[in-house]
Amino acid sequence: MPLLEVRDLRTYYYTMRGVVRAVDGVSFTLEKGETLGIAGESGCGKSTLAWSLLKLVPPPGRIVGGSILVDGMDVTKMSEHEVRSKIRWRKISMIFQGAMNAFNPVIKVGDQVIEPLLLHTDMDREEAWARAEEMVKHVGLPPEILERYPHELSGGQKQRLVIAMALLLEPDIVIADEPTTALDVVIQAQILNLMKRLYREKGMSIILITHDLSVIAELAERVAIMYAGKIVELGPAEAVFENPLHPYTQALLKAVPRLRGPKERLYYIPGAPPDLRNPPRGCRFNPRCERRFEPCDREEPPLVEAEKGHYVACWLYARR
Amino acid sequence: MSSPELGEVILDLKDLRVWFPIRRGLIETITGRPRLYVRAVDGVSFEIRRRETFCLVGESGCGKTTTGKALLRLVPITGGSARFRPSKEVAEELERRGVEFDEDGMVDIFKLTDKQFHPLRRDIQMVYQDPYGSLNPRFRVRDILEEPLIVHKIGETRSERLEYIARALEMVKLTPVSEFVDRYPHQLSGGQRQRVAIARAIIMNPVLVVADEPVSMLDVSIRAEILELFNILKERIGLSFIYITHDLSTARYVCNRIAVMYLGRIVELGPADDVIQDPQHPYTEALVAAIPEPDPRNRARMRDIKIKGEVPSPVNIPPGCRFHPRCVLYEAALKRGEPWAKLCTQAEPPLVEVKKGHYAACYKHEAARPKGFTG
Ligand SMILES: Nc1ncnc2c1ncn2[C@@H]1O[C@H](COP(=O)(O)OP(=O)(O)OP(=O)(O)O)[C@@H](O)[C@H]1O
Ligand SMILES: Nc1ncnc2c1ncn2[C@@H]1O[C@H](COP(=O)(O)OP(=O)(O)OP(=O)(O)O)[C@@H](O)[C@H]1O
Ligand SMILES: [Mg+2]
Ligand SMILES: [Mg+2]
Repeated sequence: MPLLEVRDLRTYYYTMRGVVRAVDGVSFTLEKGETLGIAGESGCGKSTLAWSLLKLVPPPGRIVGGSILVDGMDVTKMSEHEVRSKIRWRKISMIFQGAMNAFNPVIKVGDQVIEPLLLHTDMDREEAWARAEEMVKHVGLPPEILERYPHELSGGQKQRLVIAMALLLEPDIVIADEPTTALDVVIQAQILNLMKRLYREKGMSIILITHDLSVIAELAERVAIMYAGKIVELGPAEAVFENPLHPYTQALLKAVPRLRGPKERLYYIPGAPPDLRNPPRGCRFNPRCERRFEPCDREEPPLVEAEKGHYVACWLYARR
Repeated sequence: MSSPELGEVILDLKDLRVWFPIRRGLIETITGRPRLYVRAVDGVSFEIRRRETFCLVGESGCGKTTTGKALLRLVPITGGSARFRPSKEVAEELERRGVEFDEDGMVDIFKLTDKQFHPLRRDIQMVYQDPYGSLNPRFRVRDILEEPLIVHKIGETRSERLEYIARALEMVKLTPVSEFVDRYPHQLSGGQRQRVAIARAIIMNPVLVVADEPVSMLDVSIRAEILELFNILKERIGLSFIYITHDLSTARYVCNRIAVMYLGRIVELGPADDVIQDPQHPYTEALVAAIPEPDPRNRARMRDIKIKGEVPSPVNIPPGCRFHPRCVLYEAALKRGEPWAKLCTQAEPPLVEVKKGHYAACYKHEAARPKGFTG
């Protein structure tokens, strides 16, 4: 049984100007000790998917369909109390996008880091602090750093603390939403090394979310490509990077600037991602697709297994 | 990239320094503690030619934006000179205001009075780091683009100005124009907003555009679209760009030359591909080694981090070479007992030519050591 199984998940935002279908029929599984990368352009629903897994979708958003099975329990059916006591931090923890900028400036970072321990275990402050010191060493920082205030830390140090915090309760799954975006390349490389090490030592499962395919390549064994609320391609990293099937994946990879090798004109995908209140009919990528043909704007392509373990939702590969 | 012929020098920046004073507390003022400064830019020199794209890269806080702002005199200038070659229209206006040109037909923009500098704001434009914050949310696209025309008295009538606006929008490919002129910023995507900001910069037909890349995450595809636009503008209207970025791999696609900044100084400068493929300064080497690439084989290896510790504060700049406390090369040289290693803690290494057109400020190059130095 996989550690996590997501089936046909739908999460919509009910705004005054219409329903935003941010996650619209997403399915995938995550095995124990596996790293899954989720990539896609800004606004395609990556963070919304992550929040859904922890049942933390901000209003006016709501999970409206599908299931999220963790150890056979369906998170979507749980009460807030159950999610808090059984899932969050213990089973699944999350490194939130931009969390390092969310430390309260007037409270010592240590007191903020131990908060999940105080909330979710019966440790007292002293025990929690000692535990946090251990974890802080693990992410390569001196334990004294817990005594400091946020403004006394660099961006890279704060991001390490956010990672330490996500690991405190030794969860089975860690979701990392853009863990290195907006960090300098050197610090980014340090954080990626840290995540590789933790992953090897602790055997955790990781869901890595980012728009940066190069970062995904550094960590993920399997890769899911999202477009406009849907997974359009899913497979082993080698297959997705070396033999991308979906025209969207092909275009995304072509747009990545390379540091070495021949320098062609930088490619970009013409047009803009669709308005998720009113997505195009058929395949959502069809208005921007170079290989569009007759069925694409009429019917939605199913996700089919094109090669072993390599799935794609595109009419080029599906039988009608 | 088809690179057009470069023209004459349009900007010659020498020894730019921008130091921000740190506010002192009452006690410090009374006890006469010396004033402290954030040395944001601390001796930067470079030249830019017509149709050239010049990249400034480096870690956050190394002084890239401040260097760009100095050229528009948006920050107090502590020292240095910036000789600039104005366009014909602006040169005529400057003459009317009694500005003297040097024998090359250039003016030092740091020496002008505010009043004299005003017309130069046409020739030097900046596209700011944040496409969200830099457009007035209550202005339509047409108002955003019309404002600089009115300020600089370009176009007699509204319809004449609208023609300029349409041309600028076409240039940045926000077409059909009628589809975009009446929109507000919030009705545009991030990439479209960035293009409006670029349209506003080029509508005045400037000589130089300082483009500060957003650190906020632009998707690769949007970024590629904007970089491609720069290349087209360079060829079509002979613009020069200073392109500011964190990202060496995108720099390679648009830039003729790259300057790598560290803590307020340029430590390496050279042809774009050469700087990336054959870096001559240990800091550049560390930057290049840290950049991830979309290759799943990278999973199997740890990244080699060729740099120690963290960026020091620009208030307490280390003595000698400001990079030495983080330099793995210095550490190794010291261990091996290389005589030149002691120079690293003594004096700032000069930026010297180490290959054709390729400069570096590091004592590992003999040319950087004092004359006759043998150890
Ligand atoms: N609170 C909200 N109310 C209404 N719409 C929202 C809300 N939060 C997100 N959305 C919309 O839902 C869609 C998905 O947003 P989400 O933040 O999940 O995208 P993302 O893939 O994480 O993007 P990014 O890469 O920019 O972080 C977007 O179209 C966004 O505008
Ligand atoms: N107005 C100011 N007053 C005091 N210090 C300043 C001011 N503006 C910038 N600084 C400092 O000067 C240094 C250089 O800042 P600058 O914004 O030029 O860096 P940057 O290279 O553009 O960084 P980033 O990549 O993060 O945009 C930083 O240490 C910054 O904190
Ligand atoms: Mg997000
Ligand atoms: Mg900046």
